[in-house]
Parts: sequence; structure tokens; C-alpha cells
Amino acid sequence: MTALDQRRSVEQPARPRPAVAPSPRRRDRSIRGWVRRGGLVTLLFAAPMLFVFTVYSWWPILQSLWMSFQKTNLLTYQFVGLDNFVNVLSDPVLGRAVVNTLYFALLALIFGFPLPIFMAVLMSEVKRMKGFYSALAYLPVVVPPVVSVLLWKFFYSASPSGVFNTILGWVGIPPQPWIQDAVQAMPSLVLEATWAAAGGSIIIYLAALLSVPPELYDAAEVDGAGIWHKIWHVTLPQLRGVIFIMLILQVIATAQIFLEPFLFTGGGPNNSTVTVLLLIYRYAFENSLGGKYGEATALSVMLALFLAAASFLYFKATQKWSTD
Amino acid sequence: MSTTLKPPRLRRRRAEENREPDADRGILSLHDRRRRPVRIGQLASHAFLMVGLLAVGLGPLLWLAKSAVSTTQDTIQQPFALWPSGIDWGNLEQAWVEVEVGLYFFNTIAMAAGQWVIGLIVATTGAYVLSILKPVYAKAIEMAVLATLFVPSVVLLVPLFITVARPAFGPSLLNNFLGVWLPTAANAFNIIVVKRFFDSLPQEVFEAARTDGAGPFRLFVSIVLPMSKPIVGVVSVFIIIASLKDYLWPKLVLPDPAVQPLGVRLPNIQSQTELDVTLAALAISTIIPVIMFLLFQRVFLRGAGLGGAVKG
Repeated sequence: MTALDQRRSVEQPARPRPAVAPSPRRRDRSIRGWVRRGGLVTLLFAAPMLFVFTVYSWWPILQSLWMSFQKTNLLTYQFVGLDNFVNVLSDPVLGRAVVNTLYFALLALIFGFPLPIFMAVLMSEVKRMKGFYSALAYLPVVVPPVVSVLLWKFFYSASPSGVFNTILGWVGIPPQPWIQDAVQAMPSLVLEATWAAAGGSIIIYLAALLSVPPELYDAAEVDGAGIWHKIWHVTLPQLRGVIFIMLILQVIATAQIFLEPFLFTGGGPNNSTVTVLLLIYRYAFENSLGGKYGEATALSVMLALFLAAASFLYFKATQKWSTD
Repeated sequence: MSTTLKPPRLRRRRAEENREPDADRGILSLHDRRRRPVRIGQLASHAFLMVGLLAVGLGPLLWLAKSAVSTTQDTIQQPFALWPSGIDWGNLEQAWVEVEVGLYFFNTIAMAAGQWVIGLIVATTGAYVLSILKPVYAKAIEMAVLATLFVPSVVLLVPLFITVARPAFGPSLLNNFLGVWLPTAANAFNIIVVKRFFDSLPQEVFEAARTDGAGPFRLFVSIVLPMSKPIVGVVSVFIIIASLKDYLWPKLVLPDPAVQPLGVRLPNIQSQTELDVTLAALAISTIIPVIMFLLFQRVFLRGAGLGGAVKG
């Protein structure tokens, strides 16, 4: 290899950048020429990436489109037209799952979304101990989600001596049923999910806050702006781009919420926490004898198309505001 | 609105007065900071952040550590009391030996190690091709890799499972760590992060190395990789933490308990074991990521910020 390369560099000493396509005059279109220019070595370097992406990403993506029209037990495949879609859409649990998922996303948006922005602004203004605070805030993100959920499941114990109920007792609030109650279950899940994810967002906002040009604050002060004015008219508009991105990313993530309902409640009580992804999981993997892979894929494809459409519209809508 | 709007004289005077670089300021100006209500607000913020973050960020973990060595009775009846009936170290041993947490712990490490090696190989060689070797097809591949970032992972779940369980060629990868290692290595985010770093390396060094006769392989091993230690560290943390946090995919691909990592096993442990031993198992599976975080705090936090930069 080295000898080959050396010869090449002797032959073409003046060429400044061999990686860029060589000049047409020297270009040898035969395979040997391609190999001599390093094409084969380049391909060898690309091979790991090409292999894992082809087999485990690009191909399954294409396959999912095809599979949503098939009925399969993994051995034989049979084209069934739109049957899978019809079956999924006529499943009475689907409506429930969609509503629950939207409800989860909405709660996460209301309670989980502004919190990291608020925390990041506060942390960046107190100056001292910022590193320590960031580390504390990020700690829950490091804990494996399974551990968080199982731990919180115990915290949510409905007995009066449960961890959260004990804390509520300190301030005189009676014990709550938490995840055992159809009304309280979903907000409880959102609370845990927010705890588990807020730290990551805080760090991202902290980084974004650093990039706000200090001159803008100087200028605002010259114009007589107070602290709240500066936050409202300088800080938040400057964070606009990041906030837009984080918002859509959070919606995409919450639309695929799975672990919390799966481990906390298994979708109960009374289907009050079944989400779309949990339904997909049930179709495909719940029955050990063989899943309804076609239905599961059909629902996945519908969810993905919905998310793609929503993100597209969102970016169209926010484009105007974010480029002002 | 830029610096020029402000009279330079004023600015200089203020900077002299305060002997603090202007570039460091945030929302509050130094003038603000001197005002009494703001000072009180600052102190209140400190108190709020300190108490709040200690309670919310560290509290649950400290509680877990305490309960891992408490008796079940104590934990259920007085969750906030400090060992009313003594410390029960036996939980840890019982979890490690009887519940076989030791075995699952080993599986966790084996899974993470393999994922790390394969993930790093794919990310660095891939980024090397896209950023430095730049064959004619680099642009097309980069687009195709980037495009996968926009496909929600839910679409992949079932077809990917089938690809792994019944591959078109070769044996099934069910109950084989490769079934976790290979699909998770197809991570566009890591490739893009490394590629951006490679893009920022000085091109002159590569040219000089090439002029000195270094081939693509030599260039990669002796020049590019040694220059990329910071980004390799960040991506390593990404991959290992992702592996330790993963649940659904390893659960699907590794149905045999003998090869399952601890994270996948925990729900079963919880349903079959006494509470104190379960909590000990939870504590054990939190140890590695938390220690990693304490050791490489800066890499974690920089990495998280980097995630925002790439997303943004």
C-alpha cells in the first residue's frame, strides 16, 4: 500500500489535493486507474459506514414501506393491500392511544418545555457555581431510564407512607393515588419524563445563552431597558432559533413515548396511558406466538408520515420568524 | 444593533471602572448587580438553585443509595428515616449473587464495550471518507446518512427487528450482541459530529503528510486520529451512555436472560424479588453511568451542548 502511494506521489508531485477529483488529463477511467488513485482504499474506509447504514438503516426504512402492505409470519409474505391500515384504523384502542399521546405531548409542552429555559437563564445569571449547578441538573439524564422509571414507580406508591405521599404529608396534602388512578397516571408519567430529560435541555440552552452578543444588552440598557425588558426583548428573541428546534424535537420525541407507559403502567389503568408506540409494540411483540408485523409497520409508517408532515408545516410556519 | 451604536468612550470608561471584560456579561449588567433588589434576587436564586437542584438532581440518587442498604420494612414504612433498624449490607451481596446481577452487569459491560468499538470505527472511518478523502460519491452518501436523522426511529423498529432476527444472509442475530452492536453503529449523529470536527482540522497538515508520501491509511492512523482525541472522547461518551441507557432494542434482540444486560433485566428483577434487593440492583446499575459522569463531567456537558449545536 505504502509503496503504491509513494509511487503515486512521485508521479504526481505537483498535485496539491489528491482527494479532489484529479484533472481530466490524468484521469484514467479503467479500474486499475481508479485503484491506483486510492479509490479502493477509500471504499475500504467507507465500507463499515456503508454496511451498517445499508443493512440496518436504509434497507429497513424502505422495507417498512413495503411491509406495511404485507401479511407475514416472517417466513412467508403475502400482499394484502391496505388491509393493515384498515385494521389499525378500525382498532378501538387506536383513538385512545392517539388521544393519550397528544395529551402526554401537551402536558410535556406545558410543564416540561418552559422549565429548562427558565432554569438556564437563572443559572447563567448567578455566575458563580454554574458548573456545579449544571452538573446537578444533568445528573438525572445520566441515570438509565429504566432505573429512573422503576425508582419513580416506587416513589409513586399510593400508600400514605409512599415517598411522594410522605413529602405531601409534610405540607398537609392527603395521599394521592398517582399512577394507579386513570386521571393522575398521565401527569405522573410526564413529571418523571420531565425530571429525566430537563437537564439535557438546560445544558443546550446554557450554551445558546453564551452566544447572545453582550453588545445587545449594552444597547438595550442605553435605551433604558430594565431586567425584564432585556429578557423579553433580547434574550428570548436571541434564543428563538434554539427554542423552535427544541420544541419540534420534543414533540417528535414525545410522540414516540414508550418506556414510561410501558414500565410504569403497561398502558393502564383502563388504557389511560396507552400510547401509539405502546400500541405498535403490542401489535408486533406482545404475542409470543408471532406478531402482527404488518399492522405494527402500518401504524409506524402513519406515525412517521404524520411527524414528517407536522415538522414540515412547523418549519414553514416558523421560517418567517426565525430568519427575521 | 451592534457595538457601534454605543459611544465608545462610555464603554471604555465602564470597562476601566469595573475591570471586568464586557464580553462576559449576561442579562444583568454590573450596574444591575450592584442594586439591592437584584442582589437579594441573586441570593434568592442561589438558594433556590442550590436547594432545588440538590433535592431534585441528587436527592433521588442519594435516596436510592440509602435504600439499597436498608431493610424492606424500613424503606416502606419510613422512607426518609436513616436506617432505623441498621444498615443492611446483605442486600448488595444478595442482589449480586442470588439475583445474578453480577452476570447481567458483565453483560452490560460487554454490550457497551462492543458498541463503543464498532460505533467508533464506523463514525471515524465514515467521517474520514466524507470529510477528508472525499470521493465523488461522498456528497451522495452524506445526504443519505443525514436523511436518516429525519426518519423517526419508530419506523425502523419492526423492519429492523426482522432484519436482525431473520437476516437475508447469515445466521439470526437474536441473542447475539452483534444484533445490538451493528444496528446502533448506524448512527448518523455521531458521524456528523466527527465529520464537523474533521472539517475544522487544518487542511495543510493533510497536504503536507500526503506530499511526504503518507497514504490514506497512514494519514488516518498517524495524523487524523491523534489530532481527534477530543471528539473521539465526546463520541465515546455518547456511545457508551447510549448503550447503558438503551432498553427497548436490547430487550427485543436479546430475549435470553443469560445474555441480557442489567437494564433490560431490571423490570423482571423488580417483579420477582424483594424490594430491598431490587433497590440494591437499581443502585448497582446506576453506578457506572454516574461514576463516568463524575469522571468526565466536562466531556458530558460539552457533548450535550454540542448536541444542541448540531440539532440547531
